[in-house]
Amino acid sequence: MVQWKAEERAAIQAVFAKLDYESVGRETLTRLLVVYPWTRRYFGGFGNLFNSEAIMANPKVAAHGVVVLKGLEMALKNMDDIKNTYASLSELHSEKLQVDPGNFQLLGDCLTVVIATRMRSEFTPDIQAAWQKFLAVVVSALRKQYN
Amino acid sequence: MLSNTEKELIVQIWDKMIPVAEDIGSEALLRMFTTFPKTKTYFSHLDISPRSEHLRCHGKKIVQALAEGARNISTLTTTLAPLSRFHAYQLRIHPTNFKLLNHCILVTLACYMGENFTPVAHAAIDKYLSAFSAVLAEKFR
Repeated sequence: MVQWKAEERAAIQAVFAKLDYESVGRETLTRLLVVYPWTRRYFGGFGNLFNSEAIMANPKVAAHGVVVLKGLEMALKNMDDIKNTYASLSELHSEKLQVDPGNFQLLGDCLTVVIATRMRSEFTPDIQAAWQKFLAVVVSALRKQYN
Repeated sequence: MLSNTEKELIVQIWDKMIPVAEDIGSEALLRMFTTFPKTKTYFSHLDISPRSEHLRCHGKKIVQALAEGARNISTLTTTLAPLSRFHAYQLRIHPTNFKLLNHCILVTLACYMGENFTPVAHAAIDKYLSAFSAVLAEKFR
């Protein structure tokens, strides 16, 4: 089981408290699709994803960004048992959506970069470390049901 | 594959980092050591505590190398040949660590530039850092 220090919980809560789900969600998914274009394969029903301008203006990308952050919020609310909290999400991603789990890391990295652009010097190395530890647990939980 | 627009963007961004090379470089390293503590194993010979002279000096070297590479993107292999040999034969860094530093460089740039670190800039720099690391790891075997 993952052990969280009090400072780590506080750091992760603090990052979440500042998240505007619509704006951060849209920008995170935009960056995933722009920086790592192969991820577009999972969003065939989203319409025009041909270039960065189209992606940034796409309303389905924006809506899905919110879905992703609400998913992360579930992990925040159950930090001591993320693995079980994510059991059905993991199955969804492996069986139905068939997402290569290597891409979870990339989405996490894009989210971290977006947070950095918003929080700037407040996103200290210690806060980054706690945040990334949280994302690593989330990614590991999402990978659990793949076999 | 970098477009001409991306190459120009990369040069612009790294040129802006040269005057603050110590700040940017030391911050990227500190972020890497804090988030990925195993990377500290390569620096047992230096004082890498926050704001240490070693950290600032080493950070500066990294940013300066990245800026020089940016100005010579089409000849990265030649420009980086000495650094490439150094990383292969002397430093012998496990190749997965390049991605960790690259990510922390992106985060540092994002904190520094805020919304000016656009998705397009993010993509260009990420591609550049991947290409740079590939050249540094080229002689590993």
